[in-house]
Amino acid sequence: MNGRPLLALLRRDLRLAVRHGGESLMPLVFLFAVLILVPLGVGPGPNLLAAIAPGMVWVAALLASLLALEHLFRPDLEDGTLEQWWTGEVPVGLLVAVRLFSHWLITGLPVILFAPVAAQMLYLPDRALGVLMLSLLIGTPLLSLIGGLASALTLGTNRGSVLLSILIFPLVVPVLIFATGAVSAAADGLSPQAHLGLLAALLILALPLVPLATTAALKLNIE
Amino acid sequence: MIWKKIKVGFHKLGSPPVFYRVCQVVAPWLWAGAAVCAAFGLYKALFVVPPDYQQSDSFRILYVHVPAAWQAMAGYLVMSILAIIALVWRIRTTEIMAMMGAPIGAAFTTICLATGSIWGRPMWGTWWAWDARLTSMLVLLFVYLGIMGLYAAFEDKRKGARVACILILVGLVNIPIIHFSVEWWTTLHQGSTISFFGESSMDASMMPPLWWMVIATKLMFGAALLDRSRNELVEQDRRKGWVRQKMEATA
Repeated sequence: MNGRPLLALLRRDLRLAVRHGGESLMPLVFLFAVLILVPLGVGPGPNLLAAIAPGMVWVAALLASLLALEHLFRPDLEDGTLEQWWTGEVPVGLLVAVRLFSHWLITGLPVILFAPVAAQMLYLPDRALGVLMLSLLIGTPLLSLIGGLASALTLGTNRGSVLLSILIFPLVVPVLIFATGAVSAAADGLSPQAHLGLLAALLILALPLVPLATTAALKLNIE
Repeated sequence: MIWKKIKVGFHKLGSPPVFYRVCQVVAPWLWAGAAVCAAFGLYKALFVVPPDYQQSDSFRILYVHVPAAWQAMAGYLVMSILAIIALVWRIRTTEIMAMMGAPIGAAFTTICLATGSIWGRPMWGTWWAWDARLTSMLVLLFVYLGIMGLYAAFEDKRKGARVACILILVGLVNIPIIHFSVEWWTTLHQGSTISFFGESSMDASMMPPLWWMVIATKLMFGAALLDRSRNELVEQDRRKGWVRQKMEATA
């Protein structure tokens, strides 16, 4: 086995995302739409905003990651590409992992890069910014993994989108708890180490297992 | 010889008509057992057990709250085992049983959350708290609802069942979190006072009704599971010969 098919898939996914310009910017637009609406909704007081900043940034990141999930596997299922995955010599689990990686590059990475701006908008204390970015770096891949699994599970249904959010919601609760716990701890001048450690443990657990479950779900759906 | 007979009998359960008949015979006994245990347990819980020194009579809701919570989790474990069997050996009756456990588990989870809420109002002064145990139980309810929704969304019921079985196994991570939530996080919900292997910190006089209620909920779950599976099987197979024969025989 060589890695060329994997690279080809990654390049294809990214090229598609770039050429669909508007669509790939959606997560970022969405993130900032939420972050602008929050101060307008709860009032512009810096103390209140600073207190809810970790949670708001994270909820916005979570919602932004949902946007592209509907189209993660469906176009490939409809044009038959997905079935071809099983005919090649590359293990399908790796192809799935590459697909999820490109999803993370498109939806997760921009959020991390723009996190400093988001933090400023909500008056997050400067000492917590590093932890916010670190928590996003560990946590957003988890969002992509969980979202990918849910999107594979709902692939065979017609009304995927509502179901998608119901399936994702309970699975991302721990991610949200530990990530915002870390940022809040850092903002209060405490050590975020325990929260970040648990978040990293989740990622280490999910990284090998979730692509396998996703592959199994995809396989059931193309049978 | 006997071993072989057991094995053959077990495999026969994979056949819809045999499964239907076994469910039909076994379920009423389970219901009867559940009714007797629940009646006995509730009588002892309400009239025999002394009131708590601190919570007086309001602690008696424990005899519904705790068995429902245990059953909500035990039901999930049962579904997980069924899901593994369904995914590995592709036995249709186990697929159906795994799916039919979800609404029952969701019902027990709802009972647990509702009774906990009613109990929390006088004791904690609030209906709800974002405590680790409460939140993880709420997550369990949504996992149950997700399984039901996913299964219902598929037109091909067998495919839907197998996909939802994967979700059951993924959601299994939540069960240890619920169990250990009171140890990992020290928030509002109390720790365990009942221990299977050591000495419980609950008074011995308060224990027997609890065991009766625990047995009652186990039997209730089993009975409801068999009844629901039997109904689902008949509905899916309504155009098949064996169902027509069965229905004509009873009509």
